[in-house]
Amino acid sequence: MNEFSVLIGGSAGDGIDAAGVVIARLFAAIGYHAYIYRDYPSLIRGGHTISIIRLSRQRIAAHSNAIDILLAMNQETIDVHKLQVKKSGFALYDPDSIKSVDLPGCGVPLAAVVKELAAPVIMRNTCMLGALCKAADISWDVVEPVLRNSFPKETDMNLQVARRGYDACTTFLKIDAFAATERLPLVTGNDAIGLGLASAGLEAYAAYPMTPASGVLHFLAQHAEALSLDVVHAESEIAVMLMALGFAYAGKKAAVGTSGGGFCLMTEGVSLAGMAELPVVVVVGQRPGPSTGLPSYTAQTELHFVLHSGQGEFPRLIVAPGDAEEAYYWSAWALKMAWKYQIPAFIMSDKTLCEGLYNLDIAIAEQPIDENPVIWDGTAPYGRYRYTETGVSPMAFPGDAGALVKINSYEHDEFGVTVDDAATTIAMMDKRFKKEKYLSADVEKYEAVKVYGNKDSSVAVLCWGSNKAVCVELALERGLKVIQPLVLAPFPVEQFRAALKGVDTLIDVEHNATGQLANLIGHYGFKVDKKILKYDGRPFTVDELTEKIAMLSREGK
Amino acid sequence: MDLKRISASAKNTWCPGCGNFSILNTVKTVIGSIVDGGVPLEKIIMVDGIGCHGKIADYININSFYGLHGRSVPVATAIKIAKPDCKVLVFAGDGDAYGEGLEHLLFAAKRNCDITMIVHNNRVYGLTTGQSSPTSPQGHKGRSTPFGQHEQPFNPLELALAAGASFVARGYSNSMDELKKIITDAVNHPGFALVDVLQVCATFFNRYDVYNKQVYELKDHDAGNRDAAVVKAREWNYDTESPIALGIFYKQIRETFERSFPMPPETPQPRIDSIKKILQKFV
Repeated sequence: MNEFSVLIGGSAGDGIDAAGVVIARLFAAIGYHAYIYRDYPSLIRGGHTISIIRLSRQRIAAHSNAIDILLAMNQETIDVHKLQVKKSGFALYDPDSIKSVDLPGCGVPLAAVVKELAAPVIMRNTCMLGALCKAADISWDVVEPVLRNSFPKETDMNLQVARRGYDACTTFLKIDAFAATERLPLVTGNDAIGLGLASAGLEAYAAYPMTPASGVLHFLAQHAEALSLDVVHAESEIAVMLMALGFAYAGKKAAVGTSGGGFCLMTEGVSLAGMAELPVVVVVGQRPGPSTGLPSYTAQTELHFVLHSGQGEFPRLIVAPGDAEEAYYWSAWALKMAWKYQIPAFIMSDKTLCEGLYNLDIAIAEQPIDENPVIWDGTAPYGRYRYTETGVSPMAFPGDAGALVKINSYEHDEFGVTVDDAATTIAMMDKRFKKEKYLSADVEKYEAVKVYGNKDSSVAVLCWGSNKAVCVELALERGLKVIQPLVLAPFPVEQFRAALKGVDTLIDVEHNATGQLANLIGHYGFKVDKKILKYDGRPFTVDELTEKIAMLSREGK
Repeated sequence: MDLKRISASAKNTWCPGCGNFSILNTVKTVIGSIVDGGVPLEKIIMVDGIGCHGKIADYININSFYGLHGRSVPVATAIKIAKPDCKVLVFAGDGDAYGEGLEHLLFAAKRNCDITMIVHNNRVYGLTTGQSSPTSPQGHKGRSTPFGQHEQPFNPLELALAAGASFVARGYSNSMDELKKIITDAVNHPGFALVDVLQVCATFFNRYDVYNKQVYELKDHDAGNRDAAVVKAREWNYDTESPIALGIFYKQIRETFERSFPMPPETPQPRIDSIKKILQKFV
């Protein structure tokens, strides 16, 4: 089998997430790449939660709703997902608690096993993992070391429980085993963003928890010591943003992370960053709104909010990575550019990217980015806002001997002292926007618009962010072209124009109700022909998007 | 240090008779003595909010972060974490610290980051021309409350004590010697220090006569006793005409926030090595 999907479902608190990761590891041992989609409600215990682990011989970053193996930790999993199981598929379940199955499969006495071995109830999922391995015909020699690695605590008990599951099950599906190629780490988009920022020299991270961006905070807090980071969980997103600016003033590269609601509170600080010319990177993990919306689901609704956030006019940078490697690379790039131009930079993510699990190939993600801040050379007297050719004033930091560093939210002169005269007001605004001109030129030097699929196709799919993977997969299948802008501000107009060459039908695919990217490119004179907009909070699957595209072409005829 | 070194050329636009002048002069003297005590001038940083008080950033020629209304504390906190060897002074107004930024003040007290917060408390909004502030007395007739303020004033000292501040003091812009002593102690205090300064707004809420009658210097007060501090702080509730104590109400030494962050290693590893090591855990 080239690819297949496993769905494990149960109640929140059953350890579904953890089991999903182990499943990916088990199949990695026989040569499969993985992508994991997590779907859960906004509560801690009891709600229905699932992970879909899609496994493939190719690199993938999208899930499928057609399930080969259904692992049901409760009756609800069977009831809700039965119809997704392919004709050739099967289910594993505990026959003592799940009475109505109506699918081919095997009962595995999960509860009885843990009870008999006096193991914790949570180990029912370990028992299920053992059963899965047998069902998929993975030899125990392969299984054991993976489990041993995955369960550093209570290892022996976990192995015993898994073995009992293994022995209780029958083989349903012959999954071809391949030699494991280099095994790639499995990380969330949030982890990749954190790592990318760290690779570019991040020194401080401040945040207030908010789904789906909290993972960045958790990841960096966990690794703060190893990466020499100051990580602060502050009292509010207002404080978070202002702390980041305090760090930047003191010379420490800082980032913050939140979702739309938290970002509302950050906007006065964003504007301050614009005026005071303090670099900061903001991770915006999008989820459906307005307001609290659907906290644990996905959306691409904050593009225009971020584009226009903060009072007044000032340059900003927005990147929109689509998978883990892009999240790593473009987060690093955003931090470097924020410091080169002393501006706020934004990483647009969404729940799909933030919390989905991807294989990360560091050899792809880590690329040299030779962009550096302009540092004061000691020429006296120091002025924080000196006029220069590029508009970028050399930076000094408090504590640097010979420099007094005065930051100001009011309009100010070259030394940071408040002014309100017309001439300086114009000169300073022009100085700040000079930076945008040079930044735009820099953007065009990088591959800020990517093209995939059949480059000669006259039909192209336009997407941004996490929709990239699903669009690329579909395009490869159907011979279409895919256009993915990775930098959204300053918009890479020339690269985008080049990407559109030969395209007569441009289909916009977005996770919002209004077509925010379509509106943005419209500003630059580009037009989409058709829109596929989804705003139910659930990411596209390949099958679903294929069907929508097919519908469009039927309508076209 | 010759104070001319930190005198700025910006034109001063405070009203004649404004209490801010004496705070400005006092602070300059204190900065002079900090520098004389061996701290290089470039290691002193001031963070200001927006309001009449904030202009002090333009009037003292030292490192300054002239930021947003109410938001000085988070800025100062991050600066102190990043530069633990620098002295960080926060200047705030009463609308600034006790209104828009109250949450940050309470967290500053809770965290005990080593910063000194000097609140220019004139009990009225000056720069926006005369509205009632969080410490205006009940019945105060401001431009937003022309028929009298219904709300009771905050007692900022009591608030700070409740939130766990490790140094709480009150000064008066017309008692400069006392003020200098208080601010010097506050700056030397290793932890979060709140100095509420009764600063008279000559234009919108002139209280010179009232304060001159009411104020007295705290004596025989045990600043190490939190209960005594609370009792003293309650003596005047920023409303009545009871006596107003000036001095240090409370002082306690406890671990500071900035010290809870890891010190950078002496020989830092290349980031990419640390990253690859972390990634090993995810294979």
